[in-house]
Amino acid sequence: MELVRSHVLVCGGTGCTSSGALDIEAKFAEELSKHSIDNEVQVVRTGCFGLCEAGPIVIVYPEGAFYSRVDANDIARITEEHLLKGRIVTDLLYAESVEEDQIKSIDEVGFYQKQQRIALRNCGVINPEIIDEYIAMDGYRALGKVLTEMSQEEVIEEMKKSGLRGRGGGGFPSGLKWQFTYQAEGDQKYVACNADEGDPGAFMDRSVLEGDPHVIIEAMAIAAYAVGADRGYVYIRAEYPIAVNRLEIAIEQAREYGLLGQGIFGTDFNFDMEIKLGAGAFVCGEETALIASIEGERGMPRPRPPFPAQKGIFGQPTLLNNVETYANVPQIILNGSEWYAGIGTERSKGTKVFALGGKIMNTGLLEVPMGTTLREVIFEVGGGIPNGKAFKAVQTGGPSGGCLTEEFLDTPIDFDNLVELGSMMGSGGMIVMDEDNCMVDVARFFLDFTVDESCGKCTPCREGTKRMLEILDRICEGKGTLADLDKLETLSHSIKDAALCGLGQTAPNPVLSTLEHFRAEYEAHVVDKRCPAGECSDLLQIVVADGCIGCTACTRVCPVDAIEGERKQPHVILQDKCIKCGACIDKCPVKVIVKQ
Amino acid sequence: MKSLAELAKLREEALKKVNIRTDRKGTRIVVGMATCGISAGARPVMAALLDESSKRKLQDVEVTQTGCIGVCRLEPIIEVYKEGQEKVTYVEMTEEKARRVIAEHIVNGKVVSELTIGASEK
Repeated sequence: MELVRSHVLVCGGTGCTSSGALDIEAKFAEELSKHSIDNEVQVVRTGCFGLCEAGPIVIVYPEGAFYSRVDANDIARITEEHLLKGRIVTDLLYAESVEEDQIKSIDEVGFYQKQQRIALRNCGVINPEIIDEYIAMDGYRALGKVLTEMSQEEVIEEMKKSGLRGRGGGGFPSGLKWQFTYQAEGDQKYVACNADEGDPGAFMDRSVLEGDPHVIIEAMAIAAYAVGADRGYVYIRAEYPIAVNRLEIAIEQAREYGLLGQGIFGTDFNFDMEIKLGAGAFVCGEETALIASIEGERGMPRPRPPFPAQKGIFGQPTLLNNVETYANVPQIILNGSEWYAGIGTERSKGTKVFALGGKIMNTGLLEVPMGTTLREVIFEVGGGIPNGKAFKAVQTGGPSGGCLTEEFLDTPIDFDNLVELGSMMGSGGMIVMDEDNCMVDVARFFLDFTVDESCGKCTPCREGTKRMLEILDRICEGKGTLADLDKLETLSHSIKDAALCGLGQTAPNPVLSTLEHFRAEYEAHVVDKRCPAGECSDLLQIVVADGCIGCTACTRVCPVDAIEGERKQPHVILQDKCIKCGACIDKCPVKVIVKQ
Repeated sequence: MKSLAELAKLREEALKKVNIRTDRKGTRIVVGMATCGISAGARPVMAALLDESSKRKLQDVEVTQTGCIGVCRLEPIIEVYKEGQEKVTYVEMTEEKARRVIAEHIVNGKVVSELTIGASEK
């Protein structure tokens, strides 16, 4: 007899797992058993809830009590007070959900209020390792509908009418891509999923795979039916072990239930899929490089046409879509294209998942309708800038994107608006910067990444980005000139025009956009040899300001003996010896050593 | 899985196990589980409520706990919140009475007046 009266959901995404979610789960099991209520309360490990800043997260149903920053030491109290006695432990709840002793629903707090979770609908709600829970939430019903009630053309028409555009960054109309693959000639077609997610700081796809792997299986099966394929590949980066593991479990379970394999749902549709692990190359997120990698070749792009829809894996017609794009498909089939097209803006339909990071209160994952403004995302959902610092810029689109400043905060986010401003939405990475960030250093950081990841095939990218990085390094070391700024611009435009693939074509974007919006900062670096934000250490001096008490603590901690001073006499730092490690700053008891 | 009907059946079964996590309307039964309640025997009452709901396969019935309701001498106390109706407070509950409340009030919609707090004052 099922006597379960409460479910305790513990977030098992990578973020919370690395903060101790597994210990929390174990402690719950222990405590529940101690109080003999382990058959009344069920502990469920779910995917990512999105509010990663506040992790580890535990939600108790049916009350919906949202516990945040949970520690294994809190579990005894939560069990005794809440689970045994029914008294919610308010001081452990997510602070914003408690207002004057009234507990608000988590849907009303700033972080969740504006969100509309379509791709993430099951993340944090179900246990991703139990297929039955996915089925409870309408899982595989869309596949059933497609196989028994819709023709291939009808499915493609629905996808086109929905207005869904690729979520990996390119924004190509998905319905159209499906149609091209359907129309292509070939005796063996494939569907593939791009789960490489190489952008630094992006974890949208990872969260979908960790929290709801079955949605990808179902969507790929629907796509395979539509285009006429019977095999699928999921190309997932090896740096996502939890996601890989959960997807493997999901595929096994789907096969057991006959949802993958021969004759699905009693029709003559056959489909199965396998996982291919990426080996850590950013360029393998580019579609032709990804396909080469699946084929066992070195991950290097090739010119297009022909596009993968015509000639993809092993030269056969291949439909390649991003994880988040697929995550929307079953809902579009179940609720209809009109429903989906009713969300978002005119040319960008639906919602988008963003990974919000940097100098922001609510670091985490959020999903909002297209058309939500940057200001709403950063200041309402994101909770604004911590420590009372001023907003400086927001970097969208990862290494392919650009920085946008305060004047553009009211821009509704969609594919086209951000491109017009010199940035792009990309796959959804959004990094917020405050007054202490050096924009030249930001450009250098991203360029450092793309130089490392360049596959080397085409000269503009291989040579060009490296030269750009050298110039930026020189500027940050105080050896740049004004002529360097012009050179950066010329190089950027040449590389954008001539590079073979998207990596090279977009690598100069961070440089171009920071040059445009923050030229004064660049000029300070090259003309005044000064870093206004105080970040570029080679341009900084560490000095002992007034108020030194002559305690000699700093002279003793300095690893290169760069500080001179007698006891009770003001000390002096010898600038030509100083290696700017900052150890003296930490050691000074009266805090008079500063960077300037 | 060979048919949509099979899937639908599996979905129905599975939903019962997870729907506690979604917003549900319907009936809520709150059991006083503070020290007064527990020492008066609220746990067996709670178990009986859960068991009876389960036996009768009742949907949309949520059983939760709360702290001290106030009238400690009348514990174990349960409060029934049915959608669109006024709260009904049952006092001095036992496992038997709990099952009666499920059968008569929750299923058949008739408040068991002699078990309510109003009746106990007479």
